[in-house]
Amino acid sequence: MAFDEMINADSSPRQPYSTYHQWYASQDRNRLIAKSKEAETIFRKTGITFAVYGHADSSEKLIPFDLIPRIISGREWRRLAQGIEQRVIALNAFLDDIYHKQEIIRAGRIPRELIEKNDAFLPQMIGFRPPGGVYTHIVGTDIVRTGEDQFYVLEDNARTPSGVSYMLENRETMMQMFPELFHQNRVRPVENYPYLLRQSLSSLAPPGCAGKPRVAVLTPGIYNSAFYEHAFLADMMGVELVEGSDLRVIDGKVKMRTTRGYEAIDVLYRRVDDDFLDPLTFRPDSALGIPGIMDVYRSGNITIANAPGTGISDDKAIYSYMPEIVEFYTGRKPLLENVPTWRCSEPQSLKYVLEHLEELVVKEVHGSGGYGMLVGPTATKRERAAFAEKLKERPNNYIAQPTLSLSTVPILVNKGIAPRHVDLRPYVLVSDKVQIIPGGLTRVALKEGSLVVNSSQGGGTKDTWVLED
Amino acid sequence: MLGRTANGLYWMFRHIERAENGARLIDAGLRMSLTRSESSEGDWDGVLQSAGVRELYDEVHDTLTSGDAIDFLLRDRANPSSVMSCIEAGRHNARMVRTALTRETWEATNECWIEMKAMLAKKARPADMPEIIDAIKRRAGLIRGAFHGTMLRNEIFNFSRIGTFIERADNTSRILDVKYYVLLPAVSAVGSSMDNLQWESILRSVSAHRAYGWVYDAELRPANIADFLISNGRMPRSLAYCYEKIVSNLGYLAREYGDRHAAHETAEETLASLRSQSISDIMDRGLHEYLEEFISHNNRLGQEITDGYRFYQ
Repeated sequence: MAFDEMINADSSPRQPYSTYHQWYASQDRNRLIAKSKEAETIFRKTGITFAVYGHADSSEKLIPFDLIPRIISGREWRRLAQGIEQRVIALNAFLDDIYHKQEIIRAGRIPRELIEKNDAFLPQMIGFRPPGGVYTHIVGTDIVRTGEDQFYVLEDNARTPSGVSYMLENRETMMQMFPELFHQNRVRPVENYPYLLRQSLSSLAPPGCAGKPRVAVLTPGIYNSAFYEHAFLADMMGVELVEGSDLRVIDGKVKMRTTRGYEAIDVLYRRVDDDFLDPLTFRPDSALGIPGIMDVYRSGNITIANAPGTGISDDKAIYSYMPEIVEFYTGRKPLLENVPTWRCSEPQSLKYVLEHLEELVVKEVHGSGGYGMLVGPTATKRERAAFAEKLKERPNNYIAQPTLSLSTVPILVNKGIAPRHVDLRPYVLVSDKVQIIPGGLTRVALKEGSLVVNSSQGGGTKDTWVLED
Repeated sequence: MLGRTANGLYWMFRHIERAENGARLIDAGLRMSLTRSESSEGDWDGVLQSAGVRELYDEVHDTLTSGDAIDFLLRDRANPSSVMSCIEAGRHNARMVRTALTRETWEATNECWIEMKAMLAKKARPADMPEIIDAIKRRAGLIRGAFHGTMLRNEIFNFSRIGTFIERADNTSRILDVKYYVLLPAVSAVGSSMDNLQWESILRSVSAHRAYGWVYDAELRPANIADFLISNGRMPRSLAYCYEKIVSNLGYLAREYGDRHAAHETAEETLASLRSQSISDIMDRGLHEYLEEFISHNNRLGQEITDGYRFYQ
């Protein structure tokens, strides 16, 4: 049995949920189901949609929202927050080291080829220190829970973590639908995220910026799956939402084409991947980027958040070394655990993985969004056999982890409530300080028994409460 | 503001305006076919011409039937000016510039798209037409209401308004141009009931058949109809009214930016001539020639705005 965060084995509510549970017990189920439909209407009306690649007829989809909140006590949160902060500090120190002296390699703690043969490692960043020494400004650390005190970090999303708009819209929707809940429970606010983000970005303006820094959000455009979020964040921060075609390098600055002429941008929160950022430096066929922006960057006239090349820190192959990395840079044991990980590139591990496929999750090193992975326990024999062949062919391309018994939180179903597996992505802002927003995005696997929470694979979301206590 | 944003706003409002005018044109066409007994294909020919899609229609259809014409004007994606194509394009632009819109304006636009997409998913039955036309007008009205009630009167507002009125001036002048011959003195001297019907349909396609009676007398006279739609500054779909709005919105931009463009000259000249020319001057010179020239000036103005405010480069 998986650990349920709301209901104890003896059917009593767990402590953080006690007030909520009392409220829930007093609710009429039909009213809740009606509210659930209302929430869907709100989301559709607002246009909170995302695109699923490969679905021609459904270019805009809703991520299902479940109205039972995921509740975390203040005590639990403090522990998590300390662990996340330690990890984020280590990530930035690691990046700075990797692009400078590479002491961690010299100390023999991680293999050189793991870095230098990695596509996410950008030689263009060697010897360059971004403004404020910050590489990864916005981090979304994926965390799973297996028991009362068992938390694991599943992934460090240090490139361009998405989903924060859902955190904000979910809260907004809950407050609109159930204001009474927020009188009864002391829920810590997340609403000031856009303000904190803007402040955090502005504080890392480049040396070449005179006066008040001008911030902009760079989107790949309206067809990108997360376009809604890009527009939402620009709107909430009160900054421009720009596309590559709006920008040009003029007189050593990145400038945007406005109705009055070209105006300089100082800080660019980019939601475009490294590869597409600058066709002169990276992929020459990119139409999404700005030719020459890397030169402007290196000469200290723009801040790019997150910095190019941060992907080397959240790569799945690097992930397995995170305990060493944290210890190397912070001098302390990691406060949050890593999921045990077999690197299939190592013959011993590959042998073990092939022998235990039915109990492991195998992931592509560079994959994301739940694509290209094998969930051993739920896969058919034939699927496992086919996957084993792929594994043997390109072992370097895979890592494997045990299937964790993820905690569950109930969702509303027609007959009442039913437990479903969840994960958690808190959002972290790094400037001269590390700020962790108390809450985050809880993703929930809506299918009974499913462990895949990705929105592209039928996952939903919940409002996430961190209580004051 | 980004040039691309100004462009998005301008086209968002052009498309919404075009969708609403499209619904009006269909309404006028339906009305004409109701009020007479013989076949109404000729009327739809005129409606398709007013919408500027007569040739496009022939590329898609072999014969002209009222059912196909209505479908083509209402929901055919092959027709970029069909009501549904316009709503889709308007909403697409709105989505692109949503950071410039108030939540109310965006939601009104998005809900318009959601409702019309569902309503126009299948070919409409004749019996459903009143409800559909009504829904389009209502949705367009809600967007307009949200826009006027909530938007700051700044550059965003100005570019949106300019888009609306360039489109409206284009639509009104096209409607007049297609029917110019029924307004000519020589023909209209006859004053048959057939002409009356045509005149009324012109007024109906700009929702002005009642207002006409308030301003002029009850009798429909060609010169008065032309005057109403061209020179009357109080008629919200007249060319003069559209240009007053365009000039005033361009004027706000000039003051705010401290910069004038070719567009300012063009718009002011056009407005001045709309004010100074009497309708009999225009009729004497030739209504068709006048309208043709107007349409081409109006297009040029659109291009000058696009260039002056760096919509694309």
